[in-house]
Amino acid sequence: MNWTWFHRLGSPPSFFRFAERLAPWLAGLSLLLIAAACYAGLYLAPPDYQQGDAFRIIYVHVPTAAISLSIYALMAVAGAIALIWRMKLAEVAVVAAAPIGASFTLVALVTGMLWGKPMWGAYWVWDARLTSELVLLFLYIGVIALNGAFNDPRAAARACAWLALVGVVNVPIVKFSVDWWNSLHQGSTLLSVDGIKNPKMSTPMLWPLLASLAGFYLLFAAALLRRMQNILLERERRAGWVRELMEASR
Amino acid sequence: MTKRQKRMAAVSALVLGVGLAAVLGFTAFRKNMMYFQTPSDLVAGKSPVGAKVRLGGLVEKGSVQRGQGLLVEFRLADCAKVIGVRYEGILPDLFREGQGIVATGAMAADGQFVADEVLAKHDENYISPDLAASLKEQGGKHSCGEFKSQVTMGAETAAQGVQP
Repeated sequence: MNWTWFHRLGSPPSFFRFAERLAPWLAGLSLLLIAAACYAGLYLAPPDYQQGDAFRIIYVHVPTAAISLSIYALMAVAGAIALIWRMKLAEVAVVAAAPIGASFTLVALVTGMLWGKPMWGAYWVWDARLTSELVLLFLYIGVIALNGAFNDPRAAARACAWLALVGVVNVPIVKFSVDWWNSLHQGSTLLSVDGIKNPKMSTPMLWPLLASLAGFYLLFAAALLRRMQNILLERERRAGWVRELMEASR
Repeated sequence: MTKRQKRMAAVSALVLGVGLAAVLGFTAFRKNMMYFQTPSDLVAGKSPVGAKVRLGGLVEKGSVQRGQGLLVEFRLADCAKVIGVRYEGILPDLFREGQGIVATGAMAADGQFVADEVLAKHDENYISPDLAASLKEQGGKHSCGEFKSQVTMGAETAAQGVQP
């Protein structure tokens, strides 16, 4: 297999140009998908037989919660690459992803609480799912704080990478907490073994959720590329390619 | 070993080590990670009268009896055992027969569970109202299998609906 494209993409100026071209498309497509999912989720999907209209929070809650886990897993993979191969771009990815992950986690927690009060009867309970998701938020905040505690950005990124790797043990715990232990939080609707054989969600409710999931994933991708671009500009501000870029845009 | 291989080994060792520690820790404390106990646990464990516990199960069909004011009595079941529950207060909207709930309270001397808080536990099924009507005979698709009893833990019981 030919890896030249990968090595070329790994160099900051090539990545910057690649991101510059790709990010607007990702952002545009994500807004389209999220708008479609909002319309379909709020108007076209029927109310749930038990929860009525309150179930519609899943069109935000489920995608943000799923992505909050995906981002942490991605940070751990990027962290491993940064530590083993000392790849600059992977370091930047770890640092850039953390605030996005923290935001998605916070949205997932808050939307879950808003749903929990009318449905369960409580905003918050200390069951395994909710507690481990809160730990995830603290891990993200830890990575952000750790990054801010160093003067040298490369040392900071490597410290963040270690923390991302230690914390990744929490990702399967969040995901499987509802299967391993008794929890107030319900089990998985989309990603469960018998859920694939007998869908646990009616089709007119399901497809807006899938559209919303895709839309939020693209939104994350666009935000990650933009943040990585900004961090690269700051880190490489003395490099020739950034100066050329600044000259060109003046 | 090259430097890179050493770093690779360090990263793998860290992830495996933390993972192993988590598995051991959570296996040892599995009971404490349970948000609630099931009727089977309480019947078998003979929870001391007055000790505060959470009890989770399905509200048995035809067992809900309203008393004076906000007093309500019902039976709560898992796949195996049933416990009578007494509660005075406001019930969540989702409370109904066949619904999973989690009650916080304590065993009374008369063998009933006296709850001072009742939360509804929603399941993972999302169904449109017209489809729900055709599934009516199932009376909600809640199965008792999701209430993991520590007594039957290991001997996984097949998920089956609660019989009235």
